[in-house]
Amino acid sequence: MESVQEKIIIVENLTKQFGDFTAVKGISFDVHKGEIFGFLGANGAGKTTAMKMLIGISHPTSGQANVAGFDVQNQSEEVKRNIGYMSQKFSMYDDLTVEENITFFGGIYGLSRKQIKIKTNQLIEELQLGNIAKTKVGDLPLGWKQKLAFSVALLHEPKIVFLDEPTGGVDPITRRQFWELIYAEAHKGTTIFVTTHYMDEAEYCNRVSIMVDGVIEALDTPKKLKEQFQVNSMNEVFLKLARNIE
Amino acid sequence: MSISVQNISKKYKNVQALQNITFEVQEGELFGLIGPDGAGKTTLFRLLTTLLLPNEGSASVANYDIVKQVKEIRNSVGYMPGKFSLYQDLTIEENLTFFATIFGTTIEENYDLIEDIYVQIEPFKNRRAGALSGGMKQKLALCCALIHKPKVLFLDEPTTGVDPVSRKEFWEMLKRLKQKGITILVSTPYMDEASLCDRIALIQKGKILKIDTPDTIVKAYDKTIYEVASNQMHQLILDLKHFSSQYSVFAFGEFIHYIDKNDTFDTAALRTYLQEKGHQNISIQKTTATIEDVFMDL
Repeated sequence: MESVQEKIIIVENLTKQFGDFTAVKGISFDVHKGEIFGFLGANGAGKTTAMKMLIGISHPTSGQANVAGFDVQNQSEEVKRNIGYMSQKFSMYDDLTVEENITFFGGIYGLSRKQIKIKTNQLIEELQLGNIAKTKVGDLPLGWKQKLAFSVALLHEPKIVFLDEPTGGVDPITRRQFWELIYAEAHKGTTIFVTTHYMDEAEYCNRVSIMVDGVIEALDTPKKLKEQFQVNSMNEVFLKLARNIE
Repeated sequence: MSISVQNISKKYKNVQALQNITFEVQEGELFGLIGPDGAGKTTLFRLLTTLLLPNEGSASVANYDIVKQVKEIRNSVGYMPGKFSLYQDLTIEENLTFFATIFGTTIEENYDLIEDIYVQIEPFKNRRAGALSGGMKQKLALCCALIHKPKVLFLDEPTTGVDPVSRKEFWEMLKRLKQKGITILVSTPYMDEASLCDRIALIQKGKILKIDTPDTIVKAYDKTIYEVASNQMHQLILDLKHFSSQYSVFAFGEFIHYIDKNDTFDTAALRTYLQEKGHQNISIQKTTATIEDVFMDL
C-alpha cells in the first residue's frame, strides 16, 4: 500500500440510540481507499446498526461519518449512489432470471440501456453464466447467487462495496472462490467493507476492527492484533476480546 | 442403535435431494453432518423427524420406524430446525410453556435438563422472542427442543450466522447434554466444528462421502499440504495457480494451502518460481491437513 493513504470512510464519534439503549457508542475509525476492511463483532455488538448508518439508511443520533466523500447525515442519497451493498439475505429477485436481475438493478442504479447491455454481457462472460443467463435466480445454488449478488452490487462501479456476511452457509471451495473475487475487485481499487463470522476470512483483510458492546475494542492488521494478544489466530483474538467483557 | 438409516433416497420433482444414504448413530453419540448449503442435510432431518416420507429405504429413530411409528418418534425426539421455530409474539417464558404443554409436561418437570441454558436467558423471560438477539433465540430454541426430555436431539445448523463466541458456548452446551445420555445429530457448514463431534459424515449433493471420527478422517488424508505465504497474498494465489505441477491452491487464513501433483515435489523449485514472479518474504512449510482440506479434496 502507498505511504499516503487516501481515506474513503471517515467515522467520528458515531452514535446510535434506540430509546434508552445505545447500540453504537461513539465509534471513530477510518478506512483507506482500496483496502479490504473487516468489520467484526459478536451478534448484537452493534455491527449492523453501524453499517446501516454508513450506507445511509439509518440516521446517527450523534457524531459524523463521511463515506465516499459524502456526509451520511445530510447527503445520504449521494452516499447510496456511490456505494454497493450486498447483504446475507441477497437483494436479488428470485422470480427474475439472471439477465433480468442484472437489467433491473442496472436500471435502479441509473445506467443507460446501452451500458446495461454492455455490463450484462460482460458479467455473464466473466462469471461464466452463459448457460444460466435465462435461469431464475431462485433456482441457482447459493454460491452462484452470492457471486451474482456481488457483481450486481458492483454494476454502477461504486468506490466502496459493503458486504454483510457474504459467505454464510456455502461450501469451503465456493467461499474461497468468493474471496478471490473480492481480492480481484480490491486490486482494481474498490474499497471492500466486509463483515463475517468466519475468522479465517478475517485473516484475508488488510485491517480488521472488532466491535464489542457498541464500541470498537481493537483495530489493526491481523498480524498486529495477533501479536498484541499473543495468540496464533484471529479466532483466538476474537474469543479473548469478547470473553474479557463478561 | 439410536438412529439407523438404511439406503434412504428422497427426490423432489427433478432434484435428487438424498441418494442412498446409510449410517448409524449410537446412543449418547454426538454425530455431525458436515456439508454446505444444498447438500441434503435438512431433508435428512425432516425424514428422521417424520415430517417427510422417503422415496426409498428405511430408517428408525429411538427404535421406532420413521414411517409406521410417527407418534412415538415425535414424542421421543427434539428438533431445532435451521430457521427458528419460535413464536415471535410470545415471550421467552410463553414459548417454553407452550412447547412443554404440547408434549404434556411442564417446565418444572424437566427443568434440570435445561437449567444451565435457561438461566442465561431467564433475565429476559418477559421479552418477546421476536425482540431477542440471534444468540438468545438459539438458546431458547434449544430449551424448547429439550423441554420434553427427548432421547434424540436433532439440530439443523444451530450455529449458522452465529459469532465465534456464541458458537463455542453452544458446543459446550451440547457436550453437557451428551453427558446426560442424549443422542445428538447436528449439522453444520462450519468445518472447524467437525472436530467437536464423536463421529462425522461428510455430505455433499445428497451423498455421504465419508463417515468416521474426525481424527481418523484427517489422518487418512495422504497428500502433503504446504503452507505458503509471501508479501503479496492475492498475487500469490494467482501465481501458484499457474505453477506447472500445482494440484490445488486455496486460501487458508493467513496462509495459502498448496498441494503439488508430484510426490517428489521440491520446494526449492517453487521458491525460485515465486522469486522470479517478484514475491518477497516467501515461506513454504509442510502442514497437517484439517477437515476442511479433506472436504475440499473429495
